[in-house]
Amino acid sequence: MSVVPAIVGALRGDWRERNSAEARLLPQGKLSGPMPWVIAIMIGLTVVATASGLALRNTARVASADVSGGVTVQIVHGAPRERDRQAQAALAALRNAPGVVSARLVPQAELDALVEPWLGTTVGDDVNALPVPALLDIRLANGTDEVHLAPLRARLKVPAPAARIDAQASWLAPVFKAIGGLQWLAGGLIGLLAFATVATVLLASRNALGNHRVTIEIVHMLGGTDTQIARIFQRSMAVDAAAGGIGGLLLGVVAISLLGHQFASLGSGMMTSAGLGWTDWLFICCIPLGGVLLAVLTARLTVLGALRRML
Amino acid sequence: MNQTDDVEIVQFDNVGLRYGTGKEVLTDVSFTLYSGRFYFLTGASGAGKTSLLKLLYLSQRPSRGLIRMFGTDAITLPRERLPGFRRRLGVVFQDFRLVQHLSAFDNVALPLRVAGVPEREIIRPVTDMLDWVGLGDRSHARPATLSGGEQQRVAIARAVIGRPDMLVADEPTGNVDPDMAVKLLRLFEALNRLGTTVVVATHDIHLIQKMPESLIMRLDKGRLSDPTGALRYPPRRASAPPRPEVLGA
Ligand SMILES: Nc1ncnc2c1ncn2[C@@H]1O[C@H](COP(=O)(O)OP(=O)(O)OP(=O)(O)O)[C@@H](O)[C@H]1O
Ligand SMILES: [Mg+2]
Repeated sequence: MSVVPAIVGALRGDWRERNSAEARLLPQGKLSGPMPWVIAIMIGLTVVATASGLALRNTARVASADVSGGVTVQIVHGAPRERDRQAQAALAALRNAPGVVSARLVPQAELDALVEPWLGTTVGDDVNALPVPALLDIRLANGTDEVHLAPLRARLKVPAPAARIDAQASWLAPVFKAIGGLQWLAGGLIGLLAFATVATVLLASRNALGNHRVTIEIVHMLGGTDTQIARIFQRSMAVDAAAGGIGGLLLGVVAISLLGHQFASLGSGMMTSAGLGWTDWLFICCIPLGGVLLAVLTARLTVLGALRRML
Repeated sequence: MNQTDDVEIVQFDNVGLRYGTGKEVLTDVSFTLYSGRFYFLTGASGAGKTSLLKLLYLSQRPSRGLIRMFGTDAITLPRERLPGFRRRLGVVFQDFRLVQHLSAFDNVALPLRVAGVPEREIIRPVTDMLDWVGLGDRSHARPATLSGGEQQRVAIARAVIGRPDMLVADEPTGNVDPDMAVKLLRLFEALNRLGTTVVVATHDIHLIQKMPESLIMRLDKGRLSDPTGALRYPPRRASAPPRPEVLGA
């Protein structure tokens, strides 16, 4: 028989023994009453808020990856021939410009598809007769700030005076702003929930301390250390918080999946691409753990603070 | 009386105690307790016996004066060292202070569990102790279902189970019949013979007479008198600086 497992086993046995002995000092289960329920609600809400925050972040990421470096050149000209000439000239000018990764004239078929919902393609419609602008889809290597756009504009001035250059990101800027705001909101909610959890645990610990004051005094007089007494409360709080945490996680996950289904049935391609990755789920599963730690730490500090006032 | 080396276990020097802003309930109390002896503390009701014992078992700090215990200044003792001191003491409280939601067995086992004694080394001594105080068949009972005398015996069993260096008992026989009182006194005596210093507060003059070798401290309105002359008074001062009035300053 190896020595190490024997030692580990002995240690674990002692630990368990000490645990059970200490657990007997205070009545278990009666310590905090509605605590697990309150914690379950808090954790559930935190899970939903976190999941929303993460999904929003993913959405923003996917969208910004799509549009970053993207520049649209519109050639707006009433005469189709002149429009096409300028488009070809712009394409030629941009293809060799520094910083341009790719440049492409959006084919007529794609344009037709884009405008189809508004203008229709029924036989007899002369789509070409309408002043639809020609579109060039450009990708830049170093971002689409004004610094990078200005030289392109200068370059097009002569060959394609009807060209208008816009960064694709600038169209989505308000959307990104809104998403950023929602993310802050989610973060704020999580902060408030953590605060509320601490406050609840604080009250519950104080209450439990009051209920067990006599027992604590006795254990104290028999030579129990502050840490020993705090450990009893911590353990009880850990059990409550773990039960509540698991309940809350289940609650939150159910809520998220329902929400996910709602969004999926909207049919928006954006949401499916911007769901939650496995790291996100891992993070969400860690929330109850964080809740337990928070609860245990709060209980410990409360109890130690109260004991310090006893001789 | 041929006592061993006269090791000083407790020294009180001009100790005074007042609760809040009230008048002093203990005044100029000075004495020395020696290791391994048996002391009775007597005095009328309200004389301050419980107050003096509270100072002894470190649940109260004096308003003035010096207290040394186990060779250490007990007044400036840092908080984290108090539990170590308390584990060397066994206390029978006047109001028992049993944990109401624990059985008699668990109450008696409490000091051992607090001290981290392994569970397998707890069952036997606790069972034996409960048998000894006549509660072997009541070991699963909660304090609320025990009579006053039975509760008192549980409290005594809890105080002596850890074989403390010093036993402090406040009216430990107040609720039991005379036969049981004598039996409990024998328990204290047995513990005393094993080396424990015993301090028993009591009104019971018969009890004191049963222990002719004991030393008697008498409290009268908060002041200590020494009817048997056995207490060294004032206590020996090892290194206290001479007082100004002694120097004539
Ligand atoms: N916590 C307290 N606060 C204020 N006064 C107190 C407190 N405890 C005791 N006293 C007062 O101190 C005095 C001494 O009380 P103490 O309990 O020490 O007497 P005792 O000798 O033990 O009496 P008994 O024999 O009745 O137990 C009494 O006048 C009492 O009213
Ligand atoms: Mg008293």
